[in-house]
Amino acid sequence: MFDLSTYKKAESIDDAIRLLNDNPDARLLAGGTDVLIKLREGKKGFSSLVDIHDLPELKGIKIDNNETIILGSGMTFTEIMESDTIADHIPILAEAAGSVGGPQVRNVATIGGNVCNGVTSADSASSLFSMNAMVMLKGKNGNRELPIADFYTGPGKVDLKQDEVLTSFKITQENYKGFFGNYYKYAMRNAMDIATIGCAGLLKTENGILTDLRLTFGVAGPVPIRCPKTEKAAVGKKMNGELIDDIVRLVETDVNPRTSWRASKEFRTHIIRELTKIVIKESAGRAGEDL
Amino acid sequence: MFKEISYTVNGRERKLHIDIRKSLSEVLREDLGLTGVKLGCGVGECGACSVIVDDVLVDSCIYLALWADGKTIRTVEGEAKDGELSKVQKAYVEEGAVQCGFCTPGFIMATTSFKEKHKDQKVSEKEIRKGHSGNLCRCTGYQNILSAVEKSLD
Repeated sequence: MFDLSTYKKAESIDDAIRLLNDNPDARLLAGGTDVLIKLREGKKGFSSLVDIHDLPELKGIKIDNNETIILGSGMTFTEIMESDTIADHIPILAEAAGSVGGPQVRNVATIGGNVCNGVTSADSASSLFSMNAMVMLKGKNGNRELPIADFYTGPGKVDLKQDEVLTSFKITQENYKGFFGNYYKYAMRNAMDIATIGCAGLLKTENGILTDLRLTFGVAGPVPIRCPKTEKAAVGKKMNGELIDDIVRLVETDVNPRTSWRASKEFRTHIIRELTKIVIKESAGRAGEDL
Repeated sequence: MFKEISYTVNGRERKLHIDIRKSLSEVLREDLGLTGVKLGCGVGECGACSVIVDDVLVDSCIYLALWADGKTIRTVEGEAKDGELSKVQKAYVEEGAVQCGFCTPGFIMATTSFKEKHKDQKVSEKEIRKGHSGNLCRCTGYQNILSAVEKSLD
């Protein structure tokens, strides 16, 4: 039995906000693959739950008139993997979704929950960072939106107010159209494991020249980390082996991996270098460039 | 905190009065006596508790019992029909994929779900492995389980 002190089922987003507001100790429950485990472990702050599991308002993906993709935070990883819209426009997210846990976990775990868990290793986060995704929030004071890079504030922390629900992610067309990408998750196991390093790379090419590069690493810093120096230096250069070597060297100036029980700083740095090569080559290949 | 819920479990409609703090695995095992739902890790990592809820494979140990209210649940006990094992179950037996048998119910549900999801499709070994990656076995080394899955897809 879960040691629940209070449990309330929300019938809508507004209902969830009201229930969170009524109980300052309460937090949201969606897929449960993080929250119920923390509750079972007896971790403080997880015994008062407002349940938004399978809430229809948080499901679904649509594209608006400006070709902005609006992705419901309640989408499970399986739903993301099976979505035609995602396959057509942002396949990197389906790749990332497919790397989470195992089938049973992917069937219930949600992208909103993954991001709100706030850890640098979140497999969906690095792709969202690379696409400059906007996080859409709703709380007692109304609607709020902020770039995902601002949503992550520190290890395990996100800018989610206690009365707020992360309702959706927005990705505008200049952040996904024409891009080719790859998400590579390096972990000790091939499934059911947390990433040692995750790399979400997206690029655009034209006539053999790199015209845009987005590179985000998970577990290379306290929060998912973009590589602004690398991206800026690489854009405009010719796509060849030399460029990849340059990118690999530059990436080390953007990332900040640490030594933990999972891996040493030196090993993580090595993996970061290797994943950069793999992801850039794979993305370039998908873009039709032969490297 | 109690609630009245109803499930269709292995084809049978059940109405239950449950403590809402229970996981689906607890209700299935304790309230319905379906001890084929095994408890391995209790944290959704080993898959021994896997059941199918409305055609979706889930770890019942981290699935709230009330989330399944109004839904159809399948456990291993319901797979054999009229005393005859399902194709998946037969394959596991014939291929020597059962040693201690503790992981087997969860694996059977994972394979059953996988087979139904990939109906009429050709699948690679890689896909089979990925499709069963939420289930752990300490005895077999997985080789015979792989053969059993391939056989059941035939």
